[in-house]
Amino acid sequence: MTAWMIVKALIYILLAPLIGGMLSGLDRVVSARMQGRQGPPVFQPFYDVNKLLHKQTTVVNSIQVLFVTVYLIFTIFTGTLFFAGGDMLLVFFALSMSEVMLVLAAFSTNGPYSIMGAQRELLQMMCYEPMTLLVAIGFYYANGSFMVDDLIRTQVPAIVQIPGFFIGFVFILIIKLRKSPFDLSTSHHMHQEMVKGLTTDLSGSNLALVEIAEWYDVVLMLGIVGMFFITANPISRIWAIISCAVVFFLCTLIDNLFPRVKYKTMLIVTWSVILVFAGTNLLILNVLK
Amino acid sequence: MAIPNVVNFLILFPFVLAALIFIQKEATPLRSIVIILGGFTIMIAAVYVAVNVLMSGDTSQYMYLTETHIPDKFVIAGEIFLMCLVCFLSIKYKKIYAILLSLVGTIPVLWMDLSGRVVEGNTHFRIDTFAAVMYLIVGIVGILICIYASGYMKDYHHHHTDVQDRSNYFLALMFVFLGAMFGLISSDNLGWIYFFWEITSVCSFLMIGYTRTQEAVDNSFRALWMNLLGGCGFAAGLMYCNIALGISNLSQVTDVNGTITVIVPVTLFAFAALTKSAQFPFSRWLLGAMVAPTPSSALLHSATMVKIGVYMLIRLSPVMEGTLTGVMITVIGGFTFFVASLLAITVSDGKKVLAYSTISNLGLITACAGTGTTEGVWAAVMLVLFHAVSKSLLFQTVGDIENCMHSRDIEDMHGLIIKLPRLAFIMIIGICGMFMAPFGMLVSKWAALKSFVDSGSVWLVLFLVFGSGSTLFYWAKWLGKICTVIHQSFELEDITPRSEMVSMLPLTTMIIVMCFAFPWMSAHMIQPILDEAFHTNIPDVIGGSDVIIMMIMVAMIFAIPIGSRFLSIGKNSKMTMSYVAGVNAGDDRHYIDSFGKERALYMSNWYMEDFFGEKKLLWPCIWISTVLVLVMLIVVVGGAI
Repeated sequence: MTAWMIVKALIYILLAPLIGGMLSGLDRVVSARMQGRQGPPVFQPFYDVNKLLHKQTTVVNSIQVLFVTVYLIFTIFTGTLFFAGGDMLLVFFALSMSEVMLVLAAFSTNGPYSIMGAQRELLQMMCYEPMTLLVAIGFYYANGSFMVDDLIRTQVPAIVQIPGFFIGFVFILIIKLRKSPFDLSTSHHMHQEMVKGLTTDLSGSNLALVEIAEWYDVVLMLGIVGMFFITANPISRIWAIISCAVVFFLCTLIDNLFPRVKYKTMLIVTWSVILVFAGTNLLILNVLK
Repeated sequence: MAIPNVVNFLILFPFVLAALIFIQKEATPLRSIVIILGGFTIMIAAVYVAVNVLMSGDTSQYMYLTETHIPDKFVIAGEIFLMCLVCFLSIKYKKIYAILLSLVGTIPVLWMDLSGRVVEGNTHFRIDTFAAVMYLIVGIVGILICIYASGYMKDYHHHHTDVQDRSNYFLALMFVFLGAMFGLISSDNLGWIYFFWEITSVCSFLMIGYTRTQEAVDNSFRALWMNLLGGCGFAAGLMYCNIALGISNLSQVTDVNGTITVIVPVTLFAFAALTKSAQFPFSRWLLGAMVAPTPSSALLHSATMVKIGVYMLIRLSPVMEGTLTGVMITVIGGFTFFVASLLAITVSDGKKVLAYSTISNLGLITACAGTGTTEGVWAAVMLVLFHAVSKSLLFQTVGDIENCMHSRDIEDMHGLIIKLPRLAFIMIIGICGMFMAPFGMLVSKWAALKSFVDSGSVWLVLFLVFGSGSTLFYWAKWLGKICTVIHQSFELEDITPRSEMVSMLPLTTMIIVMCFAFPWMSAHMIQPILDEAFHTNIPDVIGGSDVIIMMIMVAMIFAIPIGSRFLSIGKNSKMTMSYVAGVNAGDDRHYIDSFGKERALYMSNWYMEDFFGEKKLLWPCIWISTVLVLVMLIVVVGGAI
């Protein structure tokens, strides 16, 4: 049992950056095709990170590196906890802690663009934090456990009981993956009003660490999407993978369709969506229980 | 030593100590010695009682003292004295409404006492596990605050030369307060609880008004009338119990196996508790309380005053389950938690953020207690413990920063990690203790979430998840301000006296130790409380594998910074200026604009005042919660009569 958990954790630690990097490359290719461009090769993110790792690192101060390292380690830790079958609530608590570390790394630089990005990132966290906690609660209502290990052994997929939570979660996924219209804290492209926001003052291997952490993060997020479909039946895993693919494609599509919104719009829209879909779903579940 | 003697000592000795301090007008070393020696004596005695009670295994033996003719006379005299004091000060400052509330709260109780309608013959003291836990909080955190105060007040009068130095009076009040706290926790007789309850109300009123400025006077009277209003509620409940129900003790009210319908007094006591723990609509007194010197804020917010309210609610919790009172208390608590956390985003005064955060956390405790479930009470007691330690540490740090930098505004704490590294480090631990993953408050929030889900309180779940979003925002941005590293800025002189460090270091250590110790605390302190209140035990709220993972997280948090020192991560990197989309003018706070001029650059935190500022949110919320409280009182109390 414990050995199997360690194996699962190791698989995640080894495979997640590969999958995450590939997804990031796919995202760029699909985006390019949507815009009528050729786009980079799928493996481009790996080349990028490789290059970043070999560049000279310039830092603004010495604790910046510390925060980024803690951010990476805790992101990996969070994902490991999830894929090894840990407690969903703890996963989300650990996740927001690792995010805070990234924000602190940006704060510590005292650069105007970094700090602006950090404030916006915090606001984004405030937007999606309710939903991440609600997702864990939703699974608990549906299947009576917070442990991922128990949740994947149900007979009926969770989506049947908590579709509202699914909609809410996909919605906040756009924020979590920093996609437009909610890419307030860091833009995909330079030359915009906030330069690169959160990561403006990171360079070289530090930036590479952040990129790698984001790959781990994508895999974790898609893993949670898959959770809505997984049951004890092995065939359900195919559905889970298909759903992940669809959700990921949807995020890329939305990214290309909408321009960035103001933070107030983001806060109001996100909280309303969470309240309407997940909140209503929760009320109904409670009545039925 | 027999426990009853030590308890008597704990209640009476702080008053004696207060008198000793009061007669020493000057801030002499002798006074500091008296405070430190006396304080530590009290602390040792409190810990002695608590440990004995916790280890005894049977707390029913610590219910005693049935014969109380002489102490009762003192209680009556004390009540009359308090009433006269309030009347005198109200006339002096022309705030007549306070007299009315004081008379309404005291005269009927006096009449009942003197006309012999009081039910007698029951035990007056009860030192059970919950009392022992509160002993630990008041004895350790409260005393550390008093010791901190002895050094702080000297610096305070250095900076505030316009305020008349009455620090002997202030320090004496703090000890009176602690004595009243011990009395309140130990008492089981409702009349005595009421007496100590009123002492704390009047004490806090006197402490808030310490500086005697117009603002301080106004705020102190606001605290007074709100608490006296709660006191009236308590008095009504007390009289109803004695005259209509024929019971005199709190333990009889909260007995789950009891046959008497006690919902009316329970509602009235809960109402009193709401005022004491500054829930909406009564939050404004706690916000006003920050005009007083920092030690009183720390004392009122963390260890004593507001904790009495939630102490009462947790006591009442078993009989609130499934009643309308329970539901309303839960809703008011959840609402307070959410709204106060939004309001905390919009203020930049460090103490005010702490005040809102206190209100918010107390809301969570109130909500937990209101559910009346075992898990709810588990979470509530945990929250009380963690909150007391973290919040008192944060207040003390803010006070010291104010003494060093002459400002307590969060914006001025920009780059604190460079300016005052030692205080910044303590503060970071305190803030992390309030909201971050493996630390204490989060453990209890987690348990609270589970208890709300299990008890099916959907609205509370929603309040809690949205509230924790905004809680994260206001703490993290404060943390960010502290962690900012400014180029070419220099360390300020850290004038924190050693006596203050005597208080702050133990608290910091306690935050860290409690991260590891919470499973032990659950087994030895909280399970017995549940056993006494509900006659049942619960399985571990946060169980086996999760605890191990939390331990790993705590270990990682401390191991990574230390490890990075040894591995010299980032030491070989090239240093540069932060990017300002232009030319840096020598540091990261100035840049050369397109006209070739040098301009200053500063990034402030977000406060979003136009969005959910105090002006927009405070009064509507007060009205909403007033309606909730009125509905509770009218339906439950009116319905029963």
